[in-house]
Amino acid sequence: MPRIEVIKESCKGCQLCVPACPHGLVLFTKTEINQMGYYPVEYVDPEDKCTGCMLCAIICPDVAIRVYK
Amino acid sequence: MSDVKTIAEPVQEKLVFDRPKSLTKRGFTYCPGCGHGVIHRLVAELIDEFGVQDRAIGMASVGCSVFSYWFFDCDFISCAHGRAPATATGVKRAHPDAFVFSYQGDGDLASIGMAEIMHAANRGEQITVIFVNNAIYGMTGGQMAPTTLENMVTTTSPLGRDPILAGGPIRMVEILANLDGVAFAARGSSSSPRNILKAKAYMKKAFRSQIEKKGFGIVEILSNCNTNWRKTPQEANKFIDEEMVKAFPLGVYKDVFADKSKK
Repeated sequence: MPRIEVIKESCKGCQLCVPACPHGLVLFTKTEINQMGYYPVEYVDPEDKCTGCMLCAIICPDVAIRVYK
Repeated sequence: MSDVKTIAEPVQEKLVFDRPKSLTKRGFTYCPGCGHGVIHRLVAELIDEFGVQDRAIGMASVGCSVFSYWFFDCDFISCAHGRAPATATGVKRAHPDAFVFSYQGDGDLASIGMAEIMHAANRGEQITVIFVNNAIYGMTGGQMAPTTLENMVTTTSPLGRDPILAGGPIRMVEILANLDGVAFAARGSSSSPRNILKAKAYMKKAFRSQIEKKGFGIVEILSNCNTNWRKTPQEANKFIDEEMVKAFPLGVYKDVFADKSKK
């Protein structure tokens, strides 16, 4: 199944990927904090909706998203 | 022992998007949401695609992108303010086989480095220039740049840029497209995935124009400076799409490849 992986230590929580995902699978939950002091986004996909379209990874300014297909 | 297969074959997962090889592992030092990160990634991806990492020499500008030598895994020179095209000229003439590119912001290229970029383009130097335009001096605290939009509020134009007093935004790509030495001139944007992919296609042609020895290639990319624009990253990208593109229309202004091949 296609999926993404958020590299939490690279993410700066700019939230550009949140509206970029057509299925709303990337969420800004503010549940944890990384070493740089930012809230990283979270990838939540219980129904395997991710299609691997890479839109979130293309818009990410910190290359914090890996896409697997 | 038993012929019955009880375990399903593991699905082969393929990594389709990862950090390009030409970027170091060091994280970017830019503000959250800054367009520099996207443009760095595009340059690094293209260096990988053309396979020129071993002979690429980059020219870092002065500005937020001054630390780009930390992030690119290739040779880099930190140039004097605005003089990246002049340094690139020297490097390219001494090493004709090298792939030479400069990465400059709008305060560097359009303000203090105006003379160097004009003459390097007019001589038709075989270099590629990546011009990041965020309409403001980002590193020094949001002062008015030559590319600042009319009536845009900055720290040195608190009532908005007055066109009678300070002129209008300079459109560098349109000016440079008129020069004979320029092989490719285009303007893209880093505001949405669609625009980013388009910008990458423009940059690819600018890289090709150097590799195939056609001449000078420049790509201007509109980027956000959400910190100094006092906006969230999403609002800043919306501002590019709604306001900035009116002053800086996107598109190709000169293309030597257009006659021969469509792509």
